Amino acid sequence: MGYVAVQGGIEAIESSQKLNRYLRLKGEEIPIAVRQIMEQMGPLVDRVISEGSLYSPFHAALALKQASGDPLEASFLLRAYRSTLRRLVDSLPVRAEGMRIARRISSAFKTIPGGQVLGPTSDYEQRILDFSLAEETAETQRAYVGEFEKVLGTHAEPLDPGRFQKVVQMLRDQGLVPPVVDAGGREPTDITQESATFPMDRSGRLQMLARAETGGVLALAYSSMRGYGTVHPTIAELRVGRVNISIPHPWREGTTITLGSIEITEVEIMASVQRGGEEDAPTFSLGYGACFGHNEIKAISMAVLDRAMMSERPGAPSEDMEFVLLHTDGIEASGFCSHFKLPHYVTFQSDLDRLRALRGGKE
Amino acid sequence: MRLAALLPAAGPQRYNFAFLDEGAKREVRRALLKAVALPGHQVAFASPELPIARGWGTGGLQVTMSLIGPDDVLKIIDQGSDASVNAVSLRKLLVATTGVRTTYDSREATLLQSRHRLPEIPMTDGQIAVLQVPLPEPLRIVEPSEVETRRMHAEGDYARMWVSLYEDIVENGAISVATGYPCRVNGHYIMSPSPIPRWDMRMLDNARQLTLLGAGREKRVYAVPPYTRVEPLEFDDVRFQVESFEGLRCTRCGSVGTYLDEIYDEQTGEETHICSDSGFCDLVRGGQIPPKGSRDG
Repeated sequence: MGYVAVQGGIEAIESSQKLNRYLRLKGEEIPIAVRQIMEQMGPLVDRVISEGSLYSPFHAALALKQASGDPLEASFLLRAYRSTLRRLVDSLPVRAEGMRIARRISSAFKTIPGGQVLGPTSDYEQRILDFSLAEETAETQRAYVGEFEKVLGTHAEPLDPGRFQKVVQMLRDQGLVPPVVDAGGREPTDITQESATFPMDRSGRLQMLARAETGGVLALAYSSMRGYGTVHPTIAELRVGRVNISIPHPWREGTTITLGSIEITEVEIMASVQRGGEEDAPTFSLGYGACFGHNEIKAISMAVLDRAMMSERPGAPSEDMEFVLLHTDGIEASGFCSHFKLPHYVTFQSDLDRLRALRGGKE
Repeated sequence: MRLAALLPAAGPQRYNFAFLDEGAKREVRRALLKAVALPGHQVAFASPELPIARGWGTGGLQVTMSLIGPDDVLKIIDQGSDASVNAVSLRKLLVATTGVRTTYDSREATLLQSRHRLPEIPMTDGQIAVLQVPLPEPLRIVEPSEVETRRMHAEGDYARMWVSLYEDIVENGAISVATGYPCRVNGHYIMSPSPIPRWDMRMLDNARQLTLLGAGREKRVYAVPPYTRVEPLEFDDVRFQVESFEGLRCTRCGSVGTYLDEIYDEQTGEETHICSDSGFCDLVRGGQIPPKGSRDG
């Protein structure tokens, strides 16, 4: 009888959870360490801190271990953990001009003030499987790191952040891109404190994109680049590095306290020419993207969508902010997608009733 | 009551009573108060992530978490059943973070959270029904944009909704909406009652309980206060119809006139029917109440 099966559900769920854990551990290898994930799976950890919207590489790596490496599931774990944490204070706005650069490139100009800094990237690697990695040992690791650090030691000068002027600022000084709009002291929207209402202001849009799922924003940005839309970006500047997080001093007015630093990826793109008004000279339009960690695909996609959503005459899906923002959150989308596995006995019974009624009893 | 009474006893418990912090609960309650004041109106709220997936009842859960106190008696059902997988999981989370007493008997519950069903025994004064909502916007079937649907509600511009029902009749011969049947609340807003079957709509109309509806992913709450009119949309000449179980009875408790699940025997493939409301069916089986449709029922 049906009821027996349903009542057995409790036991079945518990057994299923045990099976999951068993499958993670049944191999002969020792359990993977959280630190190993943190140190050796950087891009994956970065994706999870960004989509989980909590800057904590340790918790992200732990979530990845728990989720057996599934980034959607890990981001969900992190997001759920995040909502149990107290918000103590709002930090001050970060200015990426002061970033301690790890990587900084522009595809607009061959040379730029401060110079192009390639930093770590797999962009120019040939994607050939490296079978030597299958044989990697602690010895080969130590040998490589030792050798590399010896070379590094001879160039130990840290890059002075003051050296890197923003490429966009150069163009802005010439009037070729629009001036920065003063928010007029307006507090930014906080999408974690209030639900999205539309039209949404830019601060809210960028926040939603910053924690959107990488594949989701990539797909929609790609649609705009490819044909359903018009954003063909030139990357004015892409920078990856660490920025300080500061808060106002609790009692010493006018002074701040630096809490630490986080790694971010920031992208500014220039797209089609626009005019502010009838009388104004045309300028390039800008798009902006910034996310936690090192995730260039996401930051570029964000910038493309940021620009697309400012379209004067929205037509393509990527230009419709409701469409973009309400469908790219990985936690929401995956949750709703997986809920279809829940029992729908009652609702389907009602569907059956309607279908039978419409068929007029023709069985 | 002192705040300390709301906190869990010392132990490995690391989360606040009912998981959410008190600030987050207050925010949900403020939204709920507004919702009660404007029956059927969808009120936006922040809807933080919970350890349950979006789409799996996070809206209902936040409503329950924001209201539950140590003296509440909780019932959680999913598609009518207390033992359904997700009901088990939600109950486990709430019990682990509150320690409240739970029940399968809807008459005992002070708070009843449900996915897509209301109990067969009508709820009463002082009880609160919390319904989980996947898609709170009844107008979504005619209009995808949120900006536009909010305008339509504000202006009472429901013409396209009526036309869609009319077209349904023209194309299909009857209204094909099965669950989540759109209804008018207090003669004003059109509301989605959540995907409850049409059968359960009468449990909302002029009901004695307070019904709160929570959509976590869509970040909306709304409410039907006690003794509020809830009228399914219908035409003078094409009336609203509930599901038909004519000639059928529950093979488990013998009731006639309950919402039935159609099931097929694992061995013989034979079709039988049992009450969807497992708590009700168990009460009848246990002899605590007479079967529905019987002479004493």
